[in-house]
This record gives sequence, structure tokens and C-alpha cells, in this order.
Amino acid sequence: MKGFGRYMIFLSSLVVRRETFKTYYHLTLEECIQIGIKSILLFMLVSTFMGAVTTLQTAANLVSPFVPRFVISQVVREMTVLELAPTIMAVIYAGKVGSSMAGGLGTMRITEQIDALEVMGINSASYLVLPKIVASLMMFPLLVIVAAVCSMLGGYLAGTLTEILTPTEYIYGIRYAFNEYFITFALIKSFVFAFLISSISSFRGYYTQGGALEVGISSTQAVTTSIIAVLLADYFLAYLLL
Amino acid sequence: MIKIKNISKSFADKTILNGIDGEFDKGKTNLIIGSSGTGKSVLLKCIVGLLHPDSGKVFYDLRNFTEADKDMKSEIRREIGMLFQGGALFDSKNVEQNVMFPLDILTKMPLGEKIERVNFCLKRVGLEGVNKKMPSEISGGMKKRVGIARAIVNNPNYLFCDEPNSGLDPQTSIVIDELIMEITHEFDITTVVVTHDMNSVMGIGEKIMFLYKGEKMWEGTNHEIMNSGVKELDEFVFTNKIMKSLKNGSI
Repeated sequence: MKGFGRYMIFLSSLVVRRETFKTYYHLTLEECIQIGIKSILLFMLVSTFMGAVTTLQTAANLVSPFVPRFVISQVVREMTVLELAPTIMAVIYAGKVGSSMAGGLGTMRITEQIDALEVMGINSASYLVLPKIVASLMMFPLLVIVAAVCSMLGGYLAGTLTEILTPTEYIYGIRYAFNEYFITFALIKSFVFAFLISSISSFRGYYTQGGALEVGISSTQAVTTSIIAVLLADYFLAYLLL
Repeated sequence: MIKIKNISKSFADKTILNGIDGEFDKGKTNLIIGSSGTGKSVLLKCIVGLLHPDSGKVFYDLRNFTEADKDMKSEIRREIGMLFQGGALFDSKNVEQNVMFPLDILTKMPLGEKIERVNFCLKRVGLEGVNKKMPSEISGGMKKRVGIARAIVNNPNYLFCDEPNSGLDPQTSIVIDELIMEITHEFDITTVVVTHDMNSVMGIGEKIMFLYKGEKMWEGTNHEIMNSGVKELDEFVFTNKIMKSLKNGSI
């Protein structure tokens, strides 16, 4: 509870004594490039294989002649949109971006760079962390959309190249009984996950104490705590919104 | 001038500072000295506001910093320049961007003027032509100089230096000490230096505060330190054989 209290105080400190809009604008753009653009290839790669494997495994389980083959791509779509794209990508995001945020802030803390900002009269938490959270809120939903598209594309390639189903069947399954609300649900999840990962990782990094060893510990804690928070949020969002 | 009154600070149940009083004069290099673990850096952090003292007050030219609201604290902090032990340069910025940083954040100066000011400060600390180098590409002594340039770029009224000589060879240490002293006199600012380096004490200690086990033991100048008559200070000053011989008159 003490840690949660500190986390809440940390969040409230982000919005007081802010710098100019121009400062945040430039910092947020830099963060968008760092955490968004530089992660896109990894997300595309993982999600493409994820879609391909889901297709193959679903096909292996749907062996009944009474189940039409387009159901395979329908399953791929539902799994991708509802769970794989937002949640699995959130786990990867925590591992790549969250650990980098915690490591970067932790290093700044132990090398007194954060103290240097404070001495200059700058709210270091707001200056360093707010752009990371805003950039995450902007970039992670986009990454989830890209991942969802790549996942379904991966499923298409795996399904058609192995002749499990024809291109027409795959596309028919993707479009069959489509519920637009699931896209809204996935985007809501991605916003919540982006906030949790960026804020928890920054919190862990910002309060690092000690040396290089503690920076490593902070990075690890950032990833584990973020993933637990994401999984809990995933359950409650599914319970509340579906 | 900076005045501190009855500053105390504890961590858990360990008392680090116990009722420290003192004044740091304008236009002088004021030194806080003492052995490792006596609370020098904690006192410095209490003065600049990185730590909040358990009791006591800090005054910047009669402005109560400890009890000031956030806006007033921010205003005072913008008059402060600080050189950190490791330089504390921002890794992601080059030398020019590091020195320009306070101007970017705290002023609305046009870019041309900012570059002019940065070049002036870099020239003042003896660094020219390194504007585009990254902190990882320069030596420890150069990092300290860049740190000093960043500390003075915004024309501060107060300059704080935390162990400016740590990790430097004796020759470079003297250069940094002289630079700090010259800047203090040239810009007529209040400079506070935390050190345990005896070369610095003898070289630039215009006013010295000696801390021992979290308490102020002695105050004076570098000329008075040799004959302070304080046992704990003598033990600190005359630790090496040369200094002992100097004291005994055998040199």
C-alpha cells in the first residue's frame, strides 16, 4: 500500500509546475520516435508469426468436416483483436520500452542528472516522465493496430501457402460476423496498458537508489510489475466492458 | 550571501547533521570540509533543496528558502548553478546542448544569443571546439569544466560545487579550483564548495567550515587552519607525513 501511495503521489507530481508546451512538444516527439518508430519492426515481426501460428494451431484443432474452414480465420481475427494484439503486445512493450524507460531514468538518477534538473528549478518528474506517458498513449494504440493487421496477414500467408484454406475462405472468415465493438474494446485496452506500462516503469526508474546493480533491478521490477498490472487490468476490462 | 540556521537531518534513526549554523559570503569561495561520512554532501543537498532538513532554515539573501512556496523556491533555484561530483551532464545531449540547456528552459533568448553565450562560457572554462562532442567522448576533467560552464551560463548568484576534484589528477584539480575561484571573484557570486581535498582547502578556502560527526567544529580561513587548536581538525589536516612535518617544523 505504501508503494501504491508513492505511485499516486508520483503521478500527481507530473502535472504540477510544468514547463512550456513547446518543451513538452519536442520531448514528446523525440519519445514517439524512440518508443514508437523504433519498436515497429519488432511488433510487426512478432505479430506476423503470432497470426501464422494461430492459424496453423486452430486448423490442427478444427478437424470436423461439419465446421467450415473459414472459421479458422474467424478465430484468428477474434483472438488477435480481443487478446493477442493488445495484451501480448503489451507484454512485449513492457519488456522493450518499459525496461528501457526504467533503465534510462535509473541511470539519470544515480548519475545525478535528475538532481541537476531539480537544482535548476525544473520539475524533473514532469519534464522527464510526462512526455514518455503521452508518447506511449499516442504510439501504443497505433502499434496495436499495426500488430493486429500484421497478425491477420501472417495468418493469411500461413493458411494459404500451406493450403489449409483458400484466400477467399480466409477473407470471408475475417469479415464474417464482425463486431466493430471489439476494435473499440481493443483500443480502450491499449490506452490503459500504455498508461500502466509507461507510468509504472517510469516510477520504478525514477526512484532508483544505489548504483548500476540497482538500475538493473529497477528495470526488472519495472517489467514484472507492469506485466502484472496489465494482466489484472486485462481481466477487469474484459469483465466490465464485454 | 547564504545563511543557514540550526540545520538538522536524520535518516531513519541515524543523525547526519546536528544543528548546523553558518554563513557563506558573497564574492568568496566558501568551503565545507570534513572526512567522509561527516554530512558535507547532505548539508549541501539541504542548502540547495534536494533534501528537506528535519529542522532549521536556509536563507538566500534574506529569502527563507526552506519555508518558501513552490514558486519562490523555483525562482531561487533559477539563480543557482551547481557542479556535481560526476559532472551530471545529460548523456543524450552534446556539450553545446548541455551548456545551453538552462537557457533553453529558463529563458526566451534567441538561438543566436544562446550560442554566443554558450561559446563565451566554454571559452571561459578553457574549452573551445568541443561543442559537438558527446559527454562520453570527453575526459573527466573536461566534463567538470563543461559542468562549470553549464552552472554559470545563466549568470547565477549562487554556485555550488560538490567534490569538484574527485577523480581528477592533482594538476587538473588545481586548474578546476583556480577556475572556481576566478569565476567567483569575476562574477561576484556566492560559491560553496564541498571537498576533502587539502590542496583545495589551502588553495581556495577563503572561508572554511569544518564538519565533524554531523556538527560544525570550526570556522575560519585557509590561513588560520594550520593553527586552529582544534584536535579533530588537526587530525583531518595533518594526516599525511609532509603536513605533519610542516606542523612539527621539521620541513
